[in-house]
Amino acid sequence: MSSTVIHLINVFGILFVVLTVAGALVFVERRMLALWQDRYGPNRAGPFGILQLVADVIKLFTKEDWIPPFADRFVFVLAPAVIMITVLLSFTIVPFAPGVQVVNLNIGLLFFLAMSSMGVYSVVLAGWASNNKYSLLGGLRAAAQMLSYEIFMGLSLMGVVLIAGSFDLRAIVEAQKGVWFVVPQFVGFVVFMIAGLAETHRVPFDLPEADSELIAGYHSEYSAMKFGMFMVGEYIGVTLVSVLIVALFFGGWMGPFLPPLVWFGIKTVFFILLIILIRGSLPRPRYDQLMSYGWKFLLPLSLLNLVVTGGIVLALG
Amino acid sequence: MLSALKSIWGVFLHAFHKRETVLYPEVKPYLPPRYRGRIILTRDPDGEERCVACYLCAVACPVDCISLQATEDESGRRYPEFFRINFSRCIFCGLCEEACPTYAIQLTPDFEMGEYNRNNLVYEKEQLLISGPGKYPDYNFYRVAGLAIAGKGKGAAEREQPPVDVRSLLP
Repeated sequence: MSSTVIHLINVFGILFVVLTVAGALVFVERRMLALWQDRYGPNRAGPFGILQLVADVIKLFTKEDWIPPFADRFVFVLAPAVIMITVLLSFTIVPFAPGVQVVNLNIGLLFFLAMSSMGVYSVVLAGWASNNKYSLLGGLRAAAQMLSYEIFMGLSLMGVVLIAGSFDLRAIVEAQKGVWFVVPQFVGFVVFMIAGLAETHRVPFDLPEADSELIAGYHSEYSAMKFGMFMVGEYIGVTLVSVLIVALFFGGWMGPFLPPLVWFGIKTVFFILLIILIRGSLPRPRYDQLMSYGWKFLLPLSLLNLVVTGGIVLALG
Repeated sequence: MLSALKSIWGVFLHAFHKRETVLYPEVKPYLPPRYRGRIILTRDPDGEERCVACYLCAVACPVDCISLQATEDESGRRYPEFFRINFSRCIFCGLCEEACPTYAIQLTPDFEMGEYNRNNLVYEKEQLLISGPGKYPDYNFYRVAGLAIAGKGKGAAEREQPPVDVRSLLP
């Protein structure tokens, strides 16, 4: 009985925290980008402008929820739900601290990779169902980009799996007791970071939405809360990538003095801010540059990393 | 790759730079005296209205936002009976100020004219006329141009020359 209660607290606690963090990120990103661009950002509503968040949510909820007459209604409504569901499902396998985890899957990493592949459907379907040439172009780009970056996202994680000897995220975190995996797997970390940015289609890999070329890409036709779900889905994706980087490469909840959850939070916030900083500083590459960078540089690099790691693991034992 | 890292670091350092934003309602930006804002009607140094109701401003106005009606007082001096500027149309181009032969109409560095009711943007003469001379404190049109009095025309007094016939200057 009590274990069921703890489980429920875990489920709803994690859901609540993740959604709150993702919502707050909309505001935090604007303030942080402003900080790095010598501006102030939204600082009018409430102390430090924190109530801007509330205003944005009220605006999203009260806007007209419009489905264009030329759109494929069912798929159009389905697409934003898919991204929310897949990204939130990925959070079930993340160990935030000992005992704070929804399910302890022994194939946790594979589950995450599967869910992030499913997330591509959201973008592609949204682009297709909008029946708009810019949306379709965005969906098309998203399909190619995310499929190709998916490959070495998986490959870059295999080094970690080899060293830890498990797909279970809890086991991976516990295997980092001595030294964090960022040290032996630095290449894997860099590749995963880049692939993670591409998976969440953040700047500099935001070609699917590329607002200077494609209006807003796959979500051009979306309004109100359906658009909000794409946006919150993107921010949950950012949180997910940060959380996974922490769990896989930076020792998860481990750290001196402070409680495990606090350590996990600090590390996650650091990587979220890093992703926002990257958004603020790098330009968007051309589409062919993106593809050739992925296939001709990152894929061989992650394969090489995998081979070397495998060789060392074999040699040591 | 290295240049990407360098630009990320460079952007990060901007966190410690001075902000460019002017926090407007609290901090007012400096506006030069010749800024083209709210339009006023000025008086000459003697406290009389400068406007002679010549309609040049209304003619020059590209959006037709100025309307006025000329009338004369008992000495024959022209002045506007009413003078109305519709600021919901005004584009603050300053052509009225350039057209004015008496420096009566002037633009000021005030732009805070927001209203909730559109009718409140129509300014009548009471709202436009100020008590001072504006940007040209010593200028009095009739001191410069001369003035005909009873029995003596313009330029007929001692050490005066008759005014130039502008039509004789035509090519």
